[in-house]
Amino acid sequence: MTRYLLKRLGGAAGVLLVLSVAVYALFYLVPGDPARLACGDRCSTQQVEQVRERLGLEDSVVAQYGEFLRGVVAGRDYSTGTAVLHCDAPCLGFSYKTDQQVTQLILERAPATLSLALGAMVLWLVIGVGTGLLSALRRGGITERALTVLTLAGTGTPVFILGLLLLMLVCAYLRWLPFPSYVPFTDDPEQWAWNLLLPWLTLGLYESAKYARLTRGSTLETLAEDHIRTFRAYGVGERAVVARHALRGAVPPVIALSALDFGTMMGGAVLTESLFGIPGVGKTLIDSVRQVDLPVVVGVVLVVGVAVVLANVVADLLYAAADRRVALL
Amino acid sequence: MTTTPEPRLAAASPPGSVPAGDAAAPAAAASGARQVWRRLRSRPSAVWSAAVLGLLVVLALAAPLLAALEGQDPDTYHDALVDSARGGVPIGPLGGVSGDHWLGVEPGTGRDLFVRLLYGARVSLLVAVGATVVQVVIGVLVGLAAGLGNRLVDSVLSRFTDVMIALPMLVLAIALTAVVPAGFPRPVLLVLVIGLLNWGGTSRIVRAQTLTLKQLDFVAAARLGGSGRWRVARRELLPSLAAPVITYAAILLPSNIVIEASLSFLGVGVKPPTPSWGQMLSTAQVWFRADPMYVLLPAGLLFVTVFAFTVLGDAVRTALDPRAAGRLGVGRRGKRGPRGPRKAVAATGAAPETTSATAPAPDSTPGSVPAPVSGSAAPPPGPGPASAPPHHDAPEDPAS
Repeated sequence: MTRYLLKRLGGAAGVLLVLSVAVYALFYLVPGDPARLACGDRCSTQQVEQVRERLGLEDSVVAQYGEFLRGVVAGRDYSTGTAVLHCDAPCLGFSYKTDQQVTQLILERAPATLSLALGAMVLWLVIGVGTGLLSALRRGGITERALTVLTLAGTGTPVFILGLLLLMLVCAYLRWLPFPSYVPFTDDPEQWAWNLLLPWLTLGLYESAKYARLTRGSTLETLAEDHIRTFRAYGVGERAVVARHALRGAVPPVIALSALDFGTMMGGAVLTESLFGIPGVGKTLIDSVRQVDLPVVVGVVLVVGVAVVLANVVADLLYAAADRRVALL
Repeated sequence: MTTTPEPRLAAASPPGSVPAGDAAAPAAAASGARQVWRRLRSRPSAVWSAAVLGLLVVLALAAPLLAALEGQDPDTYHDALVDSARGGVPIGPLGGVSGDHWLGVEPGTGRDLFVRLLYGARVSLLVAVGATVVQVVIGVLVGLAAGLGNRLVDSVLSRFTDVMIALPMLVLAIALTAVVPAGFPRPVLLVLVIGLLNWGGTSRIVRAQTLTLKQLDFVAAARLGGSGRWRVARRELLPSLAAPVITYAAILLPSNIVIEASLSFLGVGVKPPTPSWGQMLSTAQVWFRADPMYVLLPAGLLFVTVFAFTVLGDAVRTALDPRAAGRLGVGRRGKRGPRGPRKAVAATGAAPETTSATAPAPDSTPGSVPAPVSGSAAPPPGPGPASAPPHHDAPEDPAS
């Protein structure tokens, strides 16, 4: 188990290293002049040169990447000639626009993303899995057909269409809720929940379609297995067969996929955040792309990479924990 | 998901069961294609979705013609048609519908909505089809190389594919659009970005399929006959890869449409004044009450398009591989149990097991001929035990 974990984490580190090289190369080499971008349009040539020196842009590419990597591990100092700017340990540089440390910026935005993802996950686990089970157990009825059509329509429909329609109906026409604006949990938990209600519903319902399909498929597969037939033949009641044995087969894929999705969302549910104006990691990404704030873009991509890679490891562990037939090697 | 067990696929297709009759191959291939066609035609959902998509393609192609017919173009502002005192709300019912403007005008600018929607369809379809082609080409090449290469090549390529699949493509696509110079044509950029980022699924399927096919007698025969590795790939493997690849492409298309719409919605896709559905929706929020048509029309079109593609994709999958579809209970009518959970469950409990083990594949409709194992299994294109399209690998979720 420990060996497996070490191996996986080693692999994860390798993947992240490759990702960082690719992203770094792309974002620091392809576009025009980073110093000019960092300094802004109104900078004089002299100021641009200063920035170039501070960022170490005159060193070789490899040296620059080395510095960057060292910054991530141990932090780094930017010397401005007169003063020294220190950037703390997981240093991803400074934002061109706000001069804030990128790491700090992302950490500030993380709670909003976390709030959104958590609520959405609760919804898809309840609605998605419930729907999938229902349609697997009610085969042949009108329920199944209706649910099948619904999930098919839900799969693939862009999440922002669902969000827009919900907003339009609930906020603009029925006026049950005001247009949501994010309130941090620490400020006012009640307002936090009310304002996140629509985003949760949007993201949760959207993901539910996928989970309904998955649950239905895995439940049907489990129900078709030999041991289920054996239980039935022994006279075990249908209710017990489903609750005790079929569910055991249906649940592991759901747990694993949930871990994956949750991890991916930590990198920002970009569309939902953008639609509802939630100041999360995804919104940060979009904003920084619009402003060509490259350090933030690179930072978010790397953080997403870390989240996804870790989520993969966690998903595998959870899968193995939920399904004893799977052995970790 | 690396953990989803897929041993069933392997179990369902013992390599030995595939006869390697080269002479019989062309005939079997033809009948295989015909069979697929017949199965597709016999599903109402497939016919309907295909009709809807056909209409959409025709409308998109004929956009300049229809624009001329209406007497409008996508870029002319009509200030007289919007009420500037109310912030630019179109004057007239349903967002300014009139004889001159069949679907009304855009709020704020007064540009003709009908023509802009049509041109938006062109962008959507072009980008989606282009990206799908790029994805399939890269996916097939990488998959074949991994499947045919030595262990090192295979493990490097497979690992790379895994990473590409795992990374959230929307985030990467957004990031990539940041570094491209402003002058680069956006639709081409979108095709490249979506195509280069989302080929992992295709590659994974092609690799798995190649590994299976490699063991079969007809491939071995071709090798013994002196064909080189790439000749084998082209002549023997590619035809048999058609079914799974087509199936997967049918899933990729709608997902690419969604990604294009999402990027444009976020403001990093197609740039104005080029019309795009996603872009219209990004500005639509302001007009919820004043001009609901401006929200509902692009949203409806996008929804219908994606839905039709999804339904058609499902139908294609079923038609190409009725065996797998039958196992998962997709589209079976005749064998449905009576209502009520208990009996229904009991009926399904046994059915999939027996069908996948012995019986010919259950078909979508009672009328059409089921595909007997021997007939459909001849190597070139026909669906058969060897062709096992993805059940678990949905294309990457474009995001959230």
